[in-house]
Amino acid sequence: MTALTVPGAHADAATLRPVPWRRMAWVTWRQHRFALGGMVALLGALSLYLWMAGLHVHHAYATATACHPESSYACQNQVINFNTAYGPTAYTIATLLHVVPALIGAFVGAPVLARELETGTFRYAWTLGVGRQRWTLAKLVPLTVAVTAASGAFSLLFSWYYQPFFADGGNIPLDPKLFDLHGIAFAAWTLAAFAIGALMGLLIRRVVPAIAATLAAVAGLLFVARLYLQQHYIAPLIAKNPFNPPVSAWIINAWWTKNGTTISQSTMNQITYTMFRQILPAILPKNVNSNDVKFYKRAANSQVLNYLTHHGYTQWTSYQPGSRFWPFQWIEGGWLLALSVLLLAATVWLVGRRAT
Amino acid sequence: MTDHVNVVEASGLGKRYGVNWALRECTLALPAGQVTALVGPNGAGKSTLLNLTVGLTAPTAGTVTVLGGLLPGSPAALDRIAFAAQDTPLYKTLSVADMLHLTRNLTWRFDLAYAQARLAELGIPLRRKTGKLSGGQQAQVALTLALARRPSLLVLDEPVAMLDPIARHDFMATVLAAASADGVSVLLASHVLTELERVASYLVLLSCGQVRLAGAVDDLLATDHQASLEELALTYLRETPAEVTK
Repeated sequence: MTALTVPGAHADAATLRPVPWRRMAWVTWRQHRFALGGMVALLGALSLYLWMAGLHVHHAYATATACHPESSYACQNQVINFNTAYGPTAYTIATLLHVVPALIGAFVGAPVLARELETGTFRYAWTLGVGRQRWTLAKLVPLTVAVTAASGAFSLLFSWYYQPFFADGGNIPLDPKLFDLHGIAFAAWTLAAFAIGALMGLLIRRVVPAIAATLAAVAGLLFVARLYLQQHYIAPLIAKNPFNPPVSAWIINAWWTKNGTTISQSTMNQITYTMFRQILPAILPKNVNSNDVKFYKRAANSQVLNYLTHHGYTQWTSYQPGSRFWPFQWIEGGWLLALSVLLLAATVWLVGRRAT
Repeated sequence: MTDHVNVVEASGLGKRYGVNWALRECTLALPAGQVTALVGPNGAGKSTLLNLTVGLTAPTAGTVTVLGGLLPGSPAALDRIAFAAQDTPLYKTLSVADMLHLTRNLTWRFDLAYAQARLAELGIPLRRKTGKLSGGQQAQVALTLALARRPSLLVLDEPVAMLDPIARHDFMATVLAAASADGVSVLLASHVLTELERVASYLVLLSCGQVRLAGAVDDLLATDHQASLEELALTYLRETPAEVTK
């Protein structure tokens, strides 16, 4: 039994050093490797799809743009055909990818504290020598870095996949349905979702409700950002009359005035529609290919606009130029980073204060 | 050694959850080197007092210090107090070996050789997930983890409530051995009175969030002319409702 005696010596309080971070890293890895593995599996499967589909898309785009001379009608038609063939699928895939940050926040972030609190194991972890706040930091910081890095890498792949659709003018990088999937925004959203998840887990104390609350909170924040915040990151430019927006511009609003008074959209629609119905038959050749009708419709439209602007009507357009893509990315990344740091700091602080 | 200091000192200590006081006006001084039994019915405030002692919760009123003036939850206090909570909350999905490794990585001192030797002696397989162990084995793992931290104070919350009589006996024997051979002070909350008889040298009786009785077991028995700890506790606990209604 001599081997089983407990030595009674105690470290002096003065010589007590904090438990090293690298030892705690093992604990974080051991307890969260399945969650991280799940995230890697999800991102890996999506990456595999994007990679295979991307190769296909890039090949098709290269074929379409290899056409000479580029400005010829036939060549332009090839690019349009490329967009018609691949664009809608890519756009749908992109829309679906918005759930990825929320899923990571909910399934990696929310259980970190919720599971400990739900099962009661926090009573064990928080009474060990490491101390509860240091323990929380040792969990949250490496996980934060891991999820942010993984989603950042994934969004690079997405940028590559989607690049032909920006190059051919089919989509614009500022499009709210695409804006947060590339640049730095995707990683920033994942970071914020993780921070929201961690705090939800601490406040709600149960895994499943915390997951649900995280999904709801991230979805809500994402909707607000896309529908209301993004267009105001920098005041939109306003253009008058002969305005041919560059293809990369994000049109926010358009309205008409005559003699200084705004004309309602419905009135304006009636005017332009009537004129359009008069002009189109006049310029449309006989035996026209159904694919080419849209060219003549476009021509008729510009004639209508031309007529209106010469008869006292003014068209106004507010828009965000494509050159603002990176400033917008930094703005979005910045506020999401600030929010995440705030939420994570609040989580660590609340763990310290939590009464049980 | 630390025999002359008090392992727990509380003064006017109180904890309120919402409008209910789980513990109030608790003034105590628990001497070192004792096995202190914290006895009382369910809801008496035993867990609350233990949570305050290990720093899991903060007092609403009064003060509590541990190991001669340390603040509960401070790094020095965490380092020297090992706590096994109610229902032995081990990580059920981790193996016993991983539990050892986890605890070693989250504490400054951990006697891995001691823990491994003790678990081998108990015949607890290191590769088994803790959730797959019997209740008695889980309690023994929790106790081993706590003792391997070489604590000055071992705090146990209802450690034997879920155990069968044999497992209970073995568990208490280990606690007693640690207390007598290694000078570990023990604070043990339980409502299983029979097992405390053999091990407790100091008694604190709690009921309805208030201390009813505190003192060395031998003194209390002599003063009250009671034959056993159980009878003493029951006598005082039966009086409680009347006192509360006053």
